[in-house]
Amino acid sequence: MKMTFLEAIKTGMDHEMKKNENVYILGEDVGPFGGCFGVTAGLFDKYGDKRVRDTPISEGAIVGCAVGSAATGLRPIAELMFGDFVTVAMDMIVNQAAKMRYMFGGKINLPLVIRMPIGAGVQASAQHSQSIEAWFTHVPGLKVVYPSTPEDALGLMMSSIEDDNPVIFFEHKLLYGMSTEVGDDIKPIPLGVAKVQREGTDVTVIATGKMVHNAIEASEKLAKEGISVEVIDPRTLYPLDKNTIFSSIEKTHKVLVITEEHKRGGYGGEISAMISEECFDDLDAPVVRVGALNVPMPYAPTLENVVIPNTQDIINGIKRMF
Amino acid sequence: MTIPNMNVIDMYKTMLKIRKFETKAMNFFAEGKIPGFVHLYIGEEAVATGVCANLNDDDYITSTHRGHGHILAKGGDLKFMMAELFGRATGYGKGKGGSMHIADATKGILGANGIVGAGHNISVGAALSAQYRGTKQVCVCFFGDASTNQGTFHESLNMASLWKLPVIFICENNLYGISIHQSRHQAIKDISERAVSYNMPGITVDGNDVFAVYDAAKEAIKRAREGNGPTLIECKTYRQRGHFEGDPGTYKPAPEQEEWVKKDPIPRVEKFILNKKILNESQLKDIQQEIDIQIEDAVEFANNSPYPSLDSVIEDVYSDMKEEVRVR
Ligand SMILES: Cc1ncc(C[n+]2csc(CCOP(=O)(O)OP(=O)(O)O)c2C)c(N)n1
Ligand SMILES: [Mg+2]
Repeated sequence: MKMTFLEAIKTGMDHEMKKNENVYILGEDVGPFGGCFGVTAGLFDKYGDKRVRDTPISEGAIVGCAVGSAATGLRPIAELMFGDFVTVAMDMIVNQAAKMRYMFGGKINLPLVIRMPIGAGVQASAQHSQSIEAWFTHVPGLKVVYPSTPEDALGLMMSSIEDDNPVIFFEHKLLYGMSTEVGDDIKPIPLGVAKVQREGTDVTVIATGKMVHNAIEASEKLAKEGISVEVIDPRTLYPLDKNTIFSSIEKTHKVLVITEEHKRGGYGGEISAMISEECFDDLDAPVVRVGALNVPMPYAPTLENVVIPNTQDIINGIKRMF
Repeated sequence: MTIPNMNVIDMYKTMLKIRKFETKAMNFFAEGKIPGFVHLYIGEEAVATGVCANLNDDDYITSTHRGHGHILAKGGDLKFMMAELFGRATGYGKGKGGSMHIADATKGILGANGIVGAGHNISVGAALSAQYRGTKQVCVCFFGDASTNQGTFHESLNMASLWKLPVIFICENNLYGISIHQSRHQAIKDISERAVSYNMPGITVDGNDVFAVYDAAKEAIKRAREGNGPTLIECKTYRQRGHFEGDPGTYKPAPEQEEWVKKDPIPRVEKFILNKKILNESQLKDIQQEIDIQIEDAVEFANNSPYPSLDSVIEDVYSDMKEEVRVR
């Protein structure tokens, strides 16, 4: 069946809510309003206000409540309206959720999911457009998921809810409307398994989120020039499927890493450092990293376009290796 | 308190300026001329106007995502604001900020803000600065009802009261945080009650009555200037539009909307001005025309302004260096 990205996330949550009555949703305007982007629309009518809870504007309390209820037997899904607002709840994630299990000697489970819409391209400027993956991939104790297609969003959402660890679930806001075929056999997709989105032999492109689609577009253009590009979407940033990445590099010997984050300190840097460290002998060229400019996201569409990495940047980056 | 006629006329002009500016912005947004997020203040103009009429140029304000009214009332320039909404190089933020991030340091406007609750803390800092430097400046902190559920609200009231800082906390209780009615986001009706916990005066006024707001703010500002600490003023008002442009606001019951439109603050002032014979009908018309012209000038200025140069994207991140340009 055909499904939008947005419906896929909802369907994943719906399935898990049906299966387990301890799964519940909380967040700002997630109830009758259906969430700022409409992801929870209809779930309130189906499950009522006990399981789809509108909260005050209190991100610290939203995430804190998720942590406390996860520690005591529930499986919360917390929605932050924009990923950018997580700064207000950072202590609950970084010092509490991520570390509790370890500090308590492994004697506690924290099955919680925090959903965060991220990414630029809608002129929402500096405080509503960020790509903040690296803030979380840096913190031991968190799993980080970032799907790029409806099918993956659905299956990964199910796995995230079933996982006994805190999971950060990123959703690129420009992908919400994207609609593709989703198999009728709805089932979880395990965390930590990358997907080869397009097979190729000359160069490996590792892309996340919306950039996966830019990478596919670049690969189609380069195919016409005789360059065969393999596009890999890790789908989960942590755990990271190194095997799929490394076997591709053994074949292509060239790698470009593209993420929408600011290039400085982004998770793309971690991936490329890891490749340089562990696959040095397989490489024919230094790893190329592409990311956003290191500036806050500007408002004017003309400026925003300059800051966000695009398909041409990927093509240029690949050509530098030949 | 009796308010001098001059001030009444000025306040009328300010309210009208805000209304007409935003009505333009509303239409431009609908036409696709303004991108991003636009949160309108239509129906709430009396709050910013009544408060800011008591402020000096060098006093500070912090604002919110719904900031056009605060900024105009504090002396912000229509031209630079419109240019910013248009994403032009001549805008307040050189096209980098947009509607939610307009600031004017020369007027003490410490910025609209995209983060709910951020202004609370920043206002405390500005007030501390005034106290520290021994000036008589004050800082007015504007914020919405729903923002009072952020920890920052409680932290800020406590610290400001403890240190007797010259802050005036102005709560714009427009009954909603996006789709959530006040009765569904907090267990109290009068937010001014929260002042009790922090040992400061807390009062509630009709936020659609510009004179009531003016009087309450006057006293609180005096108190702050004299070193007697902060006040919390809750202004009951109503957002006539959706949360942002594009939100049809279907969660607002029609009778509630109608009731509040009847209490629209601008016709109320017009009636007052005519009843008290401060001005006659034709003088009011003149004012309206004068403001229409100012708005048209601002639109023309914005339209004729250049787009920001692409090179400018790497400027203004630091005071003393530019960011690298991406190697393409
Ligand atoms: C930290 C944070 N959380 C959530 C939001 C999203 N948001 C923007 S405005 C708003 C509602 C604010 O309500 P209120 O404070 O009453 O102000 P009003 O919009 O009514 O003027 C919300 C939830 C945000 N911008 N920042
Ligand atoms: Mg409100």
